[in-house]
Amino acid sequence: MAKRENELTWRELEIGVIATEPGNASQYRTGDWRSQKPVYLFERCIKCGMCQLFCPEGCVQQNAEGYFEADLYYCKGCGICARECPTMVITMEEEKE
Amino acid sequence: MAQRVGMEVSVAIGEMVRMADADVIAAYPITPQTHIVEHLAELVADGELDAEYIPVESEHSAMSACLGAAAAGARTFTATAGQGLELMHEVLYVASSMRLPVVMTVANRALSAPLSVWSDHSDAMACRDTGWIQIFTENGQEVVDNVLCAFRIAEDAEVLLPVMVHLDGFHLSHVIEPILLPEQGEVSAFLPPNKYPLPLNPEKPVAMGDFGPPFIYTEAKWAQEVNLKKSKETILNVWRQFGDSFRRHYQPVEHYRSDDAKVLLLTMGSFSETAMTAIDSMRSDGKDVGLIRLRLWRPFPFEELRQAVKNAEVLIVLDRALSFGGPAGPVASEIKAALYNQQTRPKIVSFVGGLGGRDITAKGFTEIVNRGIEVAQKGSKDEFEIFGVRE
Repeated sequence: MAKRENELTWRELEIGVIATEPGNASQYRTGDWRSQKPVYLFERCIKCGMCQLFCPEGCVQQNAEGYFEADLYYCKGCGICARECPTMVITMEEEKE
Repeated sequence: MAQRVGMEVSVAIGEMVRMADADVIAAYPITPQTHIVEHLAELVADGELDAEYIPVESEHSAMSACLGAAAAGARTFTATAGQGLELMHEVLYVASSMRLPVVMTVANRALSAPLSVWSDHSDAMACRDTGWIQIFTENGQEVVDNVLCAFRIAEDAEVLLPVMVHLDGFHLSHVIEPILLPEQGEVSAFLPPNKYPLPLNPEKPVAMGDFGPPFIYTEAKWAQEVNLKKSKETILNVWRQFGDSFRRHYQPVEHYRSDDAKVLLLTMGSFSETAMTAIDSMRSDGKDVGLIRLRLWRPFPFEELRQAVKNAEVLIVLDRALSFGGPAGPVASEIKAALYNQQTRPKIVSFVGGLGGRDITAKGFTEIVNRGIEVAQKGSKDEFEIFGVRE
């Protein structure tokens, strides 16, 4: 992977800022938008995957233990996962910064 | 050899687009541009031009279709006027920002209201900052020549920008003039095939007009500005090569009896020919006056303008548009800005006239020059004067 988009100088842009590499939207840190983050109480988790299904950003994945967890690089903190979780694993906490 | 033929200028534009072998034409008819696109529609329908003619439902769609065509690597042409240009407005920015080489003739028309189909430059001035290369012309030959040059400039690998060729509605679009139309072979030799470097292509996908967050937008806009400014080198080069091939020569700032003149008049578009007649008559009366005409409006020809006025004491600028509530006519404002930091500069007097098809005769230009000299000597409390208004 070449430079990230936010490091490119004006001279390095493709004509008309045409994107020639597929999938470069994955570089975009939408997690920057977040004012709340999901916090998990995994002992209540039944691994049903509802949070993954409902996540509009598609950023929820299973970790090594099989629990579902949001990737905070992309998570915008919308709270839909916390609302949909049937066993109330997820609570939304204010970001400190 | 090129033939000199009597032809309506709009038809001659269509003939030049045919010889340029345009691939896609998307246009919506609007007075006084109509004859241009009518003739092109006929050429396509008659099989004389192998192009896709898209009869769209509005100018907004016309320019949008042109973007898609140019992005696919097609040689793309459209034409509009007045309100039509305004309806295209937001898409004009997209064409230049996406670096798509669309060529468009604008048959300049006053903006409503009151509704006017007649000519002035208020439509052109409203799209001053759209990032297009903009060329003003003063007779049919200049229009036809510059349509050919516009394709070559727009599609040049160093430029890749859309080009507007402005011609005054009716005064130019509807007159029959003797025009030297080049031979097909001459046009083909002058205009290489369009090779857009990153066209839409399913085999090699690209994304155009993407989302530009704050971390990239400034870089994108600066790249665009640098590119438009730099395009002047190519424009000059294309005009030079056009001159070599066709023996007609174009400059960003054109001069007429201006070299030693202490008083200069500046015009744009078809009024310049009447102004020349006025200059001739004032010269024969022993007045020290000359004319300069701004041909290249964007990118603005700073050096050429400064050079052209460096010996003048008075510069009288005639705008054919108002900048409501502003400091002068839009052209005069830019001329003032371009000269303000110069060590020596002429006194600049701003007039607005010729609005909505109102003619200015040679006698009128003489009055403007005389009044301009008076204002330069005595000063004025007004930022500009309007010429010919009934009190």
